[in-house]
Amino acid sequence: MSLSSPFPVHRHDVLILGAGGAGLRAALEIGEAADVAVISKVFPTRSHTGAAQGGVAAAIGNVDEDSWEHHMFDTVKGGDYLGDQDAIEVLCREAPETVYELEHMGVPFSRLEDGRISQRAFGGHSAVRACHAADRTGHVILQTLYEHCLRKKVRFYQEFFVISLIKEDGRIQGLAAWDILKGGIHVFHAKAVLLATGGYGRTYKTTSNALANTGDGMAMAYEAGVPLEDMEFVQFHPTGIYKMGILITEAARGEGGILINRNGERFMERYAPSMKDIAPRDVVSRAIYTEIRNRMGIDGKDYVYLDLRHLGKKKILEKLPEIHSFVQTYLGIDAVREPVPVQPTCHYAMGGIPTDVNGRVVVDDKETLFPGLYAAGECACVSVHGANRLGCNSLLDILVFGKRAGEKIIEEIRGIGVSEPSDKTAQEVRLRVEDLLEGSGNETAVGIRERLQEMMMVRCSVFRNEKLLKEAESELKKLKLRYAAVQIMDHGRICNTDLLEALELGSLLSLAETIVAGALARTESRGSHFREDFPVRDDAGFLKHTLARKGPEGPLVSYKPVRITRYQPMERTY
Amino acid sequence: MERRFRILRFNPLYDVKPHYQEYRIKVQPLWSVLDCLNEIKWKLDGSLSYRRSCTHGVCGSDAMMINGRNRLACQTLVRDLKYTRVIRIEPLKSFPVIKDLYVDTEEFFERNLAVKPWFVNQTPPPERERLQSPKERQKIDGPTKCILCASCTSSCPTFWFDKAYLGPAALLKAHRFIFDSRDEAQAERLAILNDRTGPYKCHTIFNCVETCPKEINVTGAISDLKKKILWSKIRRKEKKTEGG
Ligand SMILES: Cc1cc2nc3c(=O)[nH]c(=O)nc-3n(C[C@H](O)[C@H](O)[C@H](O)COP(=O)(O)OP(=O)(O)OC[C@H]3O[C@@H](n4cnc5c(N)ncnc54)[C@H](O)[C@@H]3O)c2cc1C
Ligand code: SF4
Repeated sequence: MSLSSPFPVHRHDVLILGAGGAGLRAALEIGEAADVAVISKVFPTRSHTGAAQGGVAAAIGNVDEDSWEHHMFDTVKGGDYLGDQDAIEVLCREAPETVYELEHMGVPFSRLEDGRISQRAFGGHSAVRACHAADRTGHVILQTLYEHCLRKKVRFYQEFFVISLIKEDGRIQGLAAWDILKGGIHVFHAKAVLLATGGYGRTYKTTSNALANTGDGMAMAYEAGVPLEDMEFVQFHPTGIYKMGILITEAARGEGGILINRNGERFMERYAPSMKDIAPRDVVSRAIYTEIRNRMGIDGKDYVYLDLRHLGKKKILEKLPEIHSFVQTYLGIDAVREPVPVQPTCHYAMGGIPTDVNGRVVVDDKETLFPGLYAAGECACVSVHGANRLGCNSLLDILVFGKRAGEKIIEEIRGIGVSEPSDKTAQEVRLRVEDLLEGSGNETAVGIRERLQEMMMVRCSVFRNEKLLKEAESELKKLKLRYAAVQIMDHGRICNTDLLEALELGSLLSLAETIVAGALARTESRGSHFREDFPVRDDAGFLKHTLARKGPEGPLVSYKPVRITRYQPMERTY
Repeated sequence: MERRFRILRFNPLYDVKPHYQEYRIKVQPLWSVLDCLNEIKWKLDGSLSYRRSCTHGVCGSDAMMINGRNRLACQTLVRDLKYTRVIRIEPLKSFPVIKDLYVDTEEFFERNLAVKPWFVNQTPPPERERLQSPKERQKIDGPTKCILCASCTSSCPTFWFDKAYLGPAALLKAHRFIFDSRDEAQAERLAILNDRTGPYKCHTIFNCVETCPKEINVTGAISDLKKKILWSKIRRKEKKTEGG
């Protein structure tokens, strides 16, 4: 404990916020080169990377002839030309070595008969490219990374909830966190902080994301003055289990599953004549909603069927065992014999904290750095996914850029002294927490959160227009006012998850604001962002990234150019 | 429909020992027990504490005792508990309780460290992947599914009475590496397990198999380990006698 501080103080060279794939990969890279600590609100292996099912993309050509250039082109096109091509080149070039490295670390990939890594088809990829471990790919990758962190004796602060970054003298110098199990604020000092906090799917009512996916890291960066990039691009995955949102991996269609409407028609043939059911997610989700709007959902309701029956029992149990069991558990349906009711579910954040290809946070079109702050994984926007991410490219992204961020941090902290920031931020955080613990407002977090999630689902999901977005904007203002009067029921300090949920709601509200602002300003349709009132892509006006910076009255929107190196924008058909 | 929940609660600040608290809520048949806990927490009593995250049985946070059996709350549907009007919820057995359903898992994870739970292969890797046949891969399919939820170890009578026993979850982790055709630290791990804390302590009571939410044959894996240790001993003896 520091003498001058009323809070326990911890000092490390590097702090990594988040123990998912991105955070752990970075931690491994830093390993013994510096004193690194990882902070996570959940036990590391409970991070949502463990939920990734389908696979990790790499042009290793074990099944099809393939090359990184093809992978790159598919990714550029999949992202509707909004991705930065220099970054996409890095992603796809480094993919094969990334997968081999995982294998060398012991990841138990599924195998082909000859013993090489098995690959399968995935949406928007023109070759068979998804390296997988049955439908538990994220789980085995996360376990393996964590195990190697144990071997390297990486320091973990697990079940610590980070509330705020500490910014002093124009530089990020640490963070303030709440000890979940014991209660109390801790201060962490460091030369560099890497945000690896994952996505914000819980902004929406129907989602494949964990309850912990509330985008805290993005919100913290936003509060610290970092603009968020391309937040209006929110991916809805076509196949969530009806009403629950639990994901059915695209691999189900990669392995041959098809979508059918109430007439039993394979409707994707009409929307994407060549790729059909494995067209990119934005295309398939829009198609499903269009069917539903035309009363072609099952029984005229808001879902369609995913039909796996023709794959046969053996293939389903071998390639999609987890899916088979989810459907059995949650719907009581045997996917071998019955079709599965599905509807689009909020799945992935293409936008986030802007970084360069080395994980350094950059705040404007001149690539000005934000000293001391780095980001990687789903919370970051490099941008490799542009306006729509292809399946299996996220696991790849978190590994490639988690590693690169780690390398860069080692290089950059050399010569930097240990920081000794003041208590100011921690004191502010303490006031905020005490206020929640002791406050006497008349609003509940759950009331506001449920309203937010429903409202975002109706007004700002797959189909958007000015009227809906304007309504969302004004409703968000009201919700923020209500949030100021939020009252929690648990006034204790130990394992107070009521407090955490109230803090997480603050993150969701800030992020919703940036999503809506970006969506309103972008009067075109591109990738996952579809404006009914502006249904076509407008390259002259909008081939550029959105930046939403926190202003006194709400987000201030500006833009920065897209980096195009190899592939000029073309019409996007599948 | 309505259900009553009897939840074992404990707050170290006020309570000398745990006590049951009852809640009545309206539920839907397709709700999971986690949905019910959320309903209670969000609408009735925000002070109820439990871990949760993914909501669909992959993160392993919400293992707890439901009607006397360890299960994941998010993977147990109200529908499947249909013969009980009162649903009883308690923290994982034989783990120290921090508050309500929060148990202290620190020791549990430390136990795993004993078996060196990481892949070891010192041979410089090829440029591409190491080869492993589907058959070899299949051997570790079960153990690699483990989500470290602690249900098995918490349900193991041997573990209740002998805290030195590594317990099913740690042994399963050992199995995951020992039976991986690519791993090179087999001998070292087997030596660690050939100890009074290892697989020989298992009395094949099968509680772990019954409770595992991932349907892993944990007892089978422990038996595999026993056999492997035995074989390695015999082989060592043979080598000794051969050598002279
Ligand atoms: C169901 C599902 C299936 C998927 N399948 C695939 C797939 O097959 N292939 C693919 O490529 N991608 C897939 N994805 C996407 C991919 O899994 C994720 O984008 C990726 O794993 C995110 O990793 P991450 O490391 O950025 O974040 P996460 O794994 O989400 O980790 C975030 C970490 O941050 C910590 N954290 C967050 N906030 C705080 C805070 N305030 N204080 C302390 N700690 C905090 C959390 O505890 C956690 O450790 C899938 C996603 C989902 C939801
Ligand atoms: S073996 Fe099964 S019960 Fe035991 S920790 Fe792993 S998943 Fe849980």
